Amino acid sequence: MSVITPEEPAIVEAPPRQSLLGRVAGMQSVWILGVLLLIVAAFSVAAGTKFLSTSNFSLISQNIAVWAVLGVGMTFVIITSGIDLSIGSVLVFSSVVAAKIMEAVGGDGWSTAALGIAGALVSGIAWGALNGFLIAKAKIPPLIVTLGALSVALGLAQVITGGIDIRSVPEALTDFNTYIKILGIPALPFVALVVVIVGGIALHKTRFGRYTYAIGSNELGARRVGISVDRHLILVYALSGACAGLGAVLALAQFGTTTIAGQSLTNLNVIAAVVIGGTSIFGGEGSIFGTVIGLFIPAVLQAGFVIIGVEAFWQGVAVGSVLVAAVYVDQSRRAAAQRGGSHPSLLSVFKTKK
Amino acid sequence: MAPLLEARGLSRSFGHVRALNDASFDVDAGEVVALIGDNGAGKSTMVKALTGNLAVDAGELFFRGERVTITSPHQASEMGMEVVYQDLALAPHLNPVQNMFLGREIPRRGVLGFLGFMDEKRMRARAEAGFRELGGTVTAFGSPVGSMSGGQRQQIAIVRAISWADKIVFLDEPTAALGVVQTKNVLDTIKRVRDKGIAVVLISHSMPHVLEVADRIQVMRLGTRVATMPAAGTTVEQLVGAMTGALDPQTINRKDNGS
Repeated sequence: MSVITPEEPAIVEAPPRQSLLGRVAGMQSVWILGVLLLIVAAFSVAAGTKFLSTSNFSLISQNIAVWAVLGVGMTFVIITSGIDLSIGSVLVFSSVVAAKIMEAVGGDGWSTAALGIAGALVSGIAWGALNGFLIAKAKIPPLIVTLGALSVALGLAQVITGGIDIRSVPEALTDFNTYIKILGIPALPFVALVVVIVGGIALHKTRFGRYTYAIGSNELGARRVGISVDRHLILVYALSGACAGLGAVLALAQFGTTTIAGQSLTNLNVIAAVVIGGTSIFGGEGSIFGTVIGLFIPAVLQAGFVIIGVEAFWQGVAVGSVLVAAVYVDQSRRAAAQRGGSHPSLLSVFKTKK
Repeated sequence: MAPLLEARGLSRSFGHVRALNDASFDVDAGEVVALIGDNGAGKSTMVKALTGNLAVDAGELFFRGERVTITSPHQASEMGMEVVYQDLALAPHLNPVQNMFLGREIPRRGVLGFLGFMDEKRMRARAEAGFRELGGTVTAFGSPVGSMSGGQRQQIAIVRAISWADKIVFLDEPTAALGVVQTKNVLDTIKRVRDKGIAVVLISHSMPHVLEVADRIQVMRLGTRVATMPAAGTTVEQLVGAMTGALDPQTINRKDNGS
C-alpha cells in the first residue's frame, strides 16, 4: 500500500547550522548598534572633542534615564504583542500623587521622599494592574485599554492639581539628581542602569521572561502547556506601570516639579525606541539591550545636532526615518527567515553588495 | 486484560448536532490505533472527550479497567496522556529546548530557582537525550522553531508530548501539511514511540499512512464508531467503505475479542 520503506535510515533534513557570529550579526539590536556607532562616528568627525566628551555623554545619559526605565516595562509589554500607550500619563499621575504626598508630609529629607516614592510606585502599579486586568480578563485590546488609561490618568492628574504643576519636591530628591554620583555615573542614569540590568536578567534568564516571549509568540500554545496567560499579562502590565511609577520619581528628581504638560509624547518616544531596538511589534522577539540602543539614537542625534549647529527639529525627521527603516529591515529579515530557514545576516548583505 | 483507555457509549450534543452518538473507543498499551472518519464524523470531539477538553452528556471512561472521569487537560496530563494538536502549539520564536520545557521549566537549585532562574543546562541535556532517543532530525537546538521545517516542528511537538506522557499520545493529523520525506520521518517517529511502550492514537485522513503505521484502525461515522479492524490485511477500499457507509459495518467488523 505504501511506497515508503521504513527500513531506510531516516533522511536528515539538514538544518543550516549557523555560526555564533552569523547569529549575532542577524540580530536586529546588533544592526542598530552599528547604526548608533555610525552616528557617533559621524558626529565625532564633524564636531570632534566637543561631541566626544564625558560631559556630553553624561548629559545624554541623563536625558534618557527616565525613558530607559519606561522602556524596560514597554519591552516586556511589546514582547507579549501588546502595547502600553498610557505610560506617559501614568508617569504624570504617579508624580502628582507623589508630589501631593510629599507636600502634605512636608520636609526636605529622605523620609518625606520615601513616602513620595512609595506613593508613585503604588499608583503606577495600580494603573498597570488595572490595564492588565482589562486586557487579560475583559479581553479589550491593549491599544484601546491603554489609550483610555492615557486619557483618564492625565485627566485625573489635572483634576487633582487643577492643571498647575506642583513644585514641592524635597531637596533630598533634587540633590540626588544634581550632586550624587555612584561609581562615577550620575545618580539618575545609575538608577536607570540598575533597572535595565535587572530587567534584562528577568527577561532573558527567568521563567517570567520565558513566559513573556511564549505568550507573544503563541498565546494559545502557551495556554495549552498550562501557563496562566491572564495572570502573566496582568503582571507584565503591572510591571510597565511600576516602571512608570519609578520614572515619575526620577522625573521629579530631574525637574524638581511635576511635568503635567510635558509627557504627551513620552509613550510614543519610548515605543519608537523599543521598536528601533529590534523588539517585534508582533510579539515574541526583542531584548532590553536593543531598547537601550534604541533610546540612545534619538538622544545622540539631538545632542549632536545641537553641537554641530543643526536645528534640533531635524532630530524628529531622523528618528522617524530610522524607525521606519529599522522595522523594514526587521520585516524583510523575518520574511527571509520564513522562506529560507536562516536569518540573512549583516554579513550576507555585504556579500550581495559585492 | 482491560484496555489502557476505553470509552463506552459517549454522547455529546452541540445544539441539534450530535457530535458523539453512543460512541466507543479503546486503545491498548504499546499499540498505534488510528482513528479515521470523514470530516465531522466526531474524531476530534472524541479526542477532546478522552483528554478532558470536553464534558460529555453520557458515557463512561475506563483507565486500566477502572472507571474514571477526566475533567481537565491537566488531569489527563497527570495520568500520562498528551495531545499533539494539529497546530502543534509551539512558540515559533523559542528554540526546541525552550518549547519542550515550556510551562515545565526546571528551576535552578536554591535561591536562584526560587527567583525564577532556570537550569538551562539540564533542560538542554534532557531535550537532546529525548531527541536522540527518537532518532529525530532536529539538531539545531539553539535556533527558533519558526525557522524549521514542518516535519521538524512536528517532531518537536511529538518529542515534547512523549517526554511528559508515559501512557498515551494523541496525534491530530500529524502528516497533513508535510512533504514526502517529512511524512516518512514522522511515521518513523510514531513507530519508535510505540516501541517505547507508549500507546499512540493517530487521527488521520491519509489511508496509506494509517495502514502503514497503525496496528488497529477504528472508523467513525456520524458520531459513532462503526468499525474496528486490524491494519494488517485491510485495504483502502474497505476503510473508505466503512467511512462513507458504503459497506455494512457488520460484515467488516473483524475485531478479535480478547486481543
